[in-house]
Amino acid sequence: MLAYTLKRLLAGIVTVWFIATATFTAMHMVPGDPLMNDKAVSAEIRANLERKYGLDKSAPEQYVIFMKNMLSGDFGISFTQQNRQVNDIIRDHFPVSATLGIMAIFFATIGGVLWGALTALYRNRLPDIIIMFLVILGISVPSFVFAALGQLLLVNINSLFGASIIPVAGWGTFSHMLMPSMVLGLGTMALLTRLMRSSMLEIVNEDYIRTARAKGLSPSRIFFRHQLRNAILPVITVLGPQIAAITTGGFVVELVFAIPGLGRYFVQAVQQLDYTVIMGTTVFYGAFLVLMVILVDILYGFIDPRVRLS
Amino acid sequence: MNQSYKPTKEDFQPAANSVHAEQLSRPSLSFWQDAWRRLKKNTRALISLYIIIGLALFTLAGPFLWNVDPALQDLNQISQAPSWPKQAILVDPYERWGGIVLEDFPAEPDEYLDNIPAPTNLRVVDVATTKRVRITWDPVVGAGGYSVYRNQRAPETINDLGLPLGITDGGNEVSFEDRLNLEQREYFYSIVPTDGFDESDTYITLVVYPDLAITMSEARERNLLAPDTKLGDSIAIEFHPFGTDYLGRDMLARLMEGAQVSLFIGIFAPFLFVLFGIIYGGFAGYFGGQFDSVLMRFADFVVALPFLLFMILFKIAFGIGPGESGVMPMLLALVLLGWPSTARLVRGQVLQIRENAFIEAARLLGAKDRYLIIRHIIPNTMGVILVTLTFAVPSAIFTEAFLSFIGMGVAPPTPSWGSMCNEGVKTMLSHPHELFFPALFISITVLAFNLLGDGLTEALDSRMRSKE
Amino acid sequence: MKYLLFLIALWSAITSAQAPVTSADFENQTISIALTQEPPQLNGMKATDQVSNFILPHIMEGLVRYDRRGRIVPGVAHRWEIDPDGMGATFWLRENALWSDGKPVTANDFVFAWRTTLAPKTASEYAFILFPIKNAEAANKGNAKLTDIGVTAVDDYTIRVELERPTAYFIKLTAFATYFPIREDFFNSRGDSYAADAQDLIFNGPFRLTEWVHSASLKMEKNETYWNKEKITLNQINAAYITEDSRARLNLFIDGKIVHTRLDGETYKDALTQKQRIRSFSTGSIFFLEYNHREGRITDNLNLRRAIQHTFDSDKFVNNVLATPGNLAAESLFPVWLQGVEDKFRKEYPAAVAVVDQELAAEYLAKAKAELGIDEFPALILLSGNTPTATKQAEYLQGLLKSRLGLDIKIDKQTFKQRLAKMTSGDFDFVLAGWGPDFDDIMTFGDLFASWNLNNRGRYSNPSYDELVRVALNNVDPKTRMDAMAKLQKIIHDDAVILPMYEQGVIYLMNSKVRGVVRRVVGPDPDYTYSRVIK
Repeated sequence: MLAYTLKRLLAGIVTVWFIATATFTAMHMVPGDPLMNDKAVSAEIRANLERKYGLDKSAPEQYVIFMKNMLSGDFGISFTQQNRQVNDIIRDHFPVSATLGIMAIFFATIGGVLWGALTALYRNRLPDIIIMFLVILGISVPSFVFAALGQLLLVNINSLFGASIIPVAGWGTFSHMLMPSMVLGLGTMALLTRLMRSSMLEIVNEDYIRTARAKGLSPSRIFFRHQLRNAILPVITVLGPQIAAITTGGFVVELVFAIPGLGRYFVQAVQQLDYTVIMGTTVFYGAFLVLMVILVDILYGFIDPRVRLS
Repeated sequence: MNQSYKPTKEDFQPAANSVHAEQLSRPSLSFWQDAWRRLKKNTRALISLYIIIGLALFTLAGPFLWNVDPALQDLNQISQAPSWPKQAILVDPYERWGGIVLEDFPAEPDEYLDNIPAPTNLRVVDVATTKRVRITWDPVVGAGGYSVYRNQRAPETINDLGLPLGITDGGNEVSFEDRLNLEQREYFYSIVPTDGFDESDTYITLVVYPDLAITMSEARERNLLAPDTKLGDSIAIEFHPFGTDYLGRDMLARLMEGAQVSLFIGIFAPFLFVLFGIIYGGFAGYFGGQFDSVLMRFADFVVALPFLLFMILFKIAFGIGPGESGVMPMLLALVLLGWPSTARLVRGQVLQIRENAFIEAARLLGAKDRYLIIRHIIPNTMGVILVTLTFAVPSAIFTEAFLSFIGMGVAPPTPSWGSMCNEGVKTMLSHPHELFFPALFISITVLAFNLLGDGLTEALDSRMRSKE
Repeated sequence: MKYLLFLIALWSAITSAQAPVTSADFENQTISIALTQEPPQLNGMKATDQVSNFILPHIMEGLVRYDRRGRIVPGVAHRWEIDPDGMGATFWLRENALWSDGKPVTANDFVFAWRTTLAPKTASEYAFILFPIKNAEAANKGNAKLTDIGVTAVDDYTIRVELERPTAYFIKLTAFATYFPIREDFFNSRGDSYAADAQDLIFNGPFRLTEWVHSASLKMEKNETYWNKEKITLNQINAAYITEDSRARLNLFIDGKIVHTRLDGETYKDALTQKQRIRSFSTGSIFFLEYNHREGRITDNLNLRRAIQHTFDSDKFVNNVLATPGNLAAESLFPVWLQGVEDKFRKEYPAAVAVVDQELAAEYLAKAKAELGIDEFPALILLSGNTPTATKQAEYLQGLLKSRLGLDIKIDKQTFKQRLAKMTSGDFDFVLAGWGPDFDDIMTFGDLFASWNLNNRGRYSNPSYDELVRVALNNVDPKTRMDAMAKLQKIIHDDAVILPMYEQGVIYLMNSKVRGVVRRVVGPDPDYTYSRVIK
C-alpha cells in the first residue's frame, strides 16, 4: 500500500515536471509581448522592465530559473498586478474555485444518483422519460447559455418577491454559491444520471439480486441495500476526474457570476499575456489534477473490496 | 455398458450424409450486419442518424438551396426577428436637416423658472420612416433647451422615458431628428424642457410608427428594383426566414456557414485524434513490453494536462494570422490534447484481443504482424472506437463554443454556432432569435450524437445478442 | 419528510441570515458599485488603467483637483503661482492636509513621488506625463541625476517647480494620479508590496481604502483626517462586485445591488424595462481607424486613404452599427469638448468634413491604383482586438470596403497584448484604435501623430505636423496655440492621417437616490467624491 502510494506520487512528480515544461514551451510560442501596454514606453524603461522579469535572458536560461524557482515553490510576481506574488494569487483564488467545484460535485452527485435511480426504477415510464429529457437538455446546451439563463431566473425570482432573496452575482455567502454551483454541476449531473441509470439496469439482472428476491426480501430493501449501493460504484470511479475537471473548468460561471475564482484569473491572464500567472496557474492546476487522480485511485481501493492495489 | 452386445457389421457402416447437419437456425450475419440490424431496432438511435444526415445536408447542400451571402450586411434590417417577407417604401436619399430654430424666441431663458411647463403640440415633420424621424414642438417660456427621449412603450413616469437621444442647446431649437437604429415599430418620443442645465419634471409624449423605408440607391445596390418602380412605391425587400443578426446578415445563411465550422471541428477533430489514438494505442498494445510502457507513460503525461487551460494556451500559441478563421489552430489543439484517451482505450482493447485464441491461430497459420493488426485486431476494436467517436463530437463542439465565449473562438467574419450563441446570449431578451437558433442547432447535434452513441453501444455489445 | 423539514430550515436560515443590503443607504450614506476590472495595483506612480485612475483620486489628492464643474480648485496646495515667463511654478501647501495616520502632507512627499516615478528602475509607463518638468525626461532616460529634476522642497510647505519649456497646462497636470504624493518612509517600509493591498497604502484623499479582497471587492470609507472632510457626505463606497460582463452588471443593478451601471448595445433594450432614468454621457475619447504609414505599405498611399475617407459614413456608423445613443459622428482628431481660445475649439475652428461620395471615392481609388502600378489591390490586413465591440466594427468595415470599393480586407483578431505587439511592429494595414485624454488640454490629442510619439503606431511622419506641435508645446498664448492646432486639424483631414470613426458616448443607469455624481472626461469617472444619498 505504502509502496504503491509512493510509486504513484513519484510518477506524479514526473508528470508535473512534464506539465511545467509543456506550459513553458507553449508560453514561449505565444506571439505578443507581455510588457506592452496602451501607452508606449521608451526603450530605456522597457529594458528595465525586461530585467525585472528576467525576460532579458535567453529561453533556456529562463527555463532553468523557472524550474529552480518552481522547486522552491515560487512562481514569481504577476505582470499585471505588479506587486502581487503568483503564490498569493493562487492562495487567494483557488479556494474559491475549489469551494465552487465541491458544491457543484455535491449537487451533481446527489442529483445524479437520485435521478439515475428514479429513471431506472420507472424505466420507460413517464418519470423516466421526463427526467431523461431534462438530462439530455442538460448535456446539449453550452454552459454559458445556462449560466446566463440561471442568472436571469434569479433576477426574475427576486423581482417577483420584491426582495433580493438570492444574490444574482458575487461571492461570499452560501446563497451566493447556489446558482453558480448548480449551473456548473449540471453537465456532471447529466453524466452521472445516465451512468447511474445504466448501472442500475445492469444490476437488476445480476444473480445476487435474483437471490435476494428469491429469499423474499422486500423490494425496498433490495433497492436500497443491494441495487443502489452496488450501482453507485461506477459513479464513484468517474467522480475523481470529474472533480478535477469541474474545479479547473469553472471559467464560465466564474465570469458570468462575478466569482473571484482562479479560472477567471487565468482567462484574464491569458488576455494580458501575464506569463507568471499563466505558468503558475497551469502548473498548480496540473499538480492538483494529478493528485486528485492518485487520491481517487487509492480511495477506490478502500471502497471497492474487489480492487487490490499493488 | 451392456457386456452381452455383440457388434454387427452394420454398426460399422458410414453414417448417412445428413444434409441438414449444419442447418443455420438464424440468418448468417456478420458482426456489422448484426449491429446494423440492432441499431435499426433502436428508434431513438435511428432518428439520430437521420438527424445527422439531415445536418450534413443542411451544411453541404443548404448553401446551394438558400443562396444568400452570409456576409452581406443590411443596415436596414438589423436584428430582425424571423418574419414573413416585408415591403419597404422607396424614399429619397437622406439629406441633412437643419432643424427648426425659431427667430423670435429667446435661446436662453429670460428668467429661470422653478418648474418649466411641458412643451405642447409635439408632432412629426414629414413622414416618419425608418431612415429618419423628425419631430418638432412648440417652445415653452423658461426653456433653455430640450432633452429628447425615446421609449418602446408608453412611459409611466418621468423616470420611464427611455433612451436619452440627445439635447437641443437653446429654448428656440424646437426640433429633433432621430436616426438611431429605427425599426418598424411603435416609438414613444418624449420632450423634457431644461433651463440649459437641469431638466424640468414635465414632459410631453408622442407615439410614432415609422414606415419601413429603403432608398433608391440601396435598392439598386441590392437588385430589388423592377424597371418601372418609382419613389413612393412599395417594394419587397430581402426575406430572412430566421431573422437577421446585429449587422443585418441573414441568420439562416450564417447558420449554414457556421455549421461548416462547428461540424468540421466537431467531427473532423475527433476523427483525427481517434485515428492517431488507434495507431498509437494499437502499436503500444500490440508490441507490448518496454515499448508499450514508454508510449503509455507519455500518453499519461498528456492526459494529465488540464484540458481547458491548455486548449486556451495552445489556441493563442498557434495564433491566428490575418484573414484566417482560426479553425486549424483549434483543430490542432483539440487533436494534441484529445488523442491519449483513445490511445489508452485502443491499447486496452488490443491487449485483450491479442490474447484471444483466434489471433494465436492466425499467427500459427503464418500471418504477419501487419496482417494481424489490419485484418483482426483493428476491426475488433472498431466498435469501441466508433462509440468513442460519437461521444467525442459533442465535447469538441462544446469546446469550440467555450472558446468563443471567452473571445478566442473563430475569427470574424467566419461564424460558428458557438460564436453565434455567444453573440446571442448578450441580446437574449431583446432579440431571442439570435440565441435560439444557434443554441438549437448545437443542442440537436449534441443530442443526436449522444443518442447515436448510446444506440451504437447497445448495438455493438455482443452480449446483447444472446439475450434476444 | 425529516430531511425536507431540515432543508426548509436550512433554506430559511440562509435567506434570513442575509442582512438586506441596498445599493444606496441613506441612513449610513453608503453606496455600492461594481468595477469592471480589478485595479492591477494602486501605486500612483505606475497606474495606467481606468479602474486605478477611478479609485486613486478618491483616496489620494494632488496639489490641485477638479471641482464638480470640472474646474481646477485647490487640493493639497492652497495657492500657486506661475512665473510670468511660464518656465516655473510655486505651490504653497496647506498645513492641515494630513495623511491618514495623522502626519502632515509635506512638500517632500511630492518631490519623492515625482523623482521615484521618473527613476529609470521604477519603469513607470506614465513617466512621460512628468516630462514638462525640467530634466525629467533626461533623468528618466538615465541621462541626468534624479536630484537634477526641476522640483525642490523649499520648505515643508512650499514646492518650487522648474519647467523644461513654457507649459500652458502644467497646473492641470498636477491633478493627475501620477502627480500624487507618496510618503517616503511609508513607501520604503512596504518595499515591493507597496499598494498591493489595503494595508500597504496610506491616504490623503477624501476616502481611505479599508478593504481589498482581490478580484472580489474593494471598500472605501470616509477619511476622517482629510482636510476638507466637511464637504464629504458619503461614509462608504463599496465596490462590492468586479465583473466585466455588462449583463451581469445590469442584473445586479436591477436587483438593487449597485447604484450605477453602464449600458451597451446589447443591454440597453433590457434596461428600458426598468423604469429608471437612463442618462447619457460623452467620455471624451475618440475612436478611429489608424493607417500604417510605414514606407512600402499600400496604406501609405494618400489616394487610397482618401477613397476610404469618402466611403465611410460616420453618421450611419454611429446610428446603425454602434446603435447606442450618446456616440457622436467623428469629424476630427479633436473631440468636441476640448477648450479653444474662448469657446470650444471645434466651434471656433470647425473641422472639414469629407462627404460620402461613391464616384469620388472610385476616382481616388483609380488614382491610387495608377500610382501604385497595380490593377488589383492585395488583401489588406485590419488588426482588431477580440472584444465583441471591436469585432463588430471590424466586420462592418470589412463589409463596407468590400461592397463599396471592392477592397479585400482580412480581419486580424488578436488578444490585447498580441494586438499591441503587432501595432508596434507595424504588422498591419489598418488598426482600430482609440485615444482618451489624460489631461484637460488640446495637447493630450495634438501630439499623437508627431513623428517622435511612440503611440503613433502607424508611424505617420510629417515635418509640418511636427512643427505645429512644437508651436503649441512651446507657447503659452492660447490664440497662437489654437491656431497651430487648427492647421494641424486640417493636415489630419487633408492628408487623411486617420479615419475618425466616432466620439465615444455611453449611456448608463444611475440610482436616482444618489445625487451629485460627477461624470468627467478627465479625472475619475464617475466621481463619487461629492455625492450623497437622498431619502
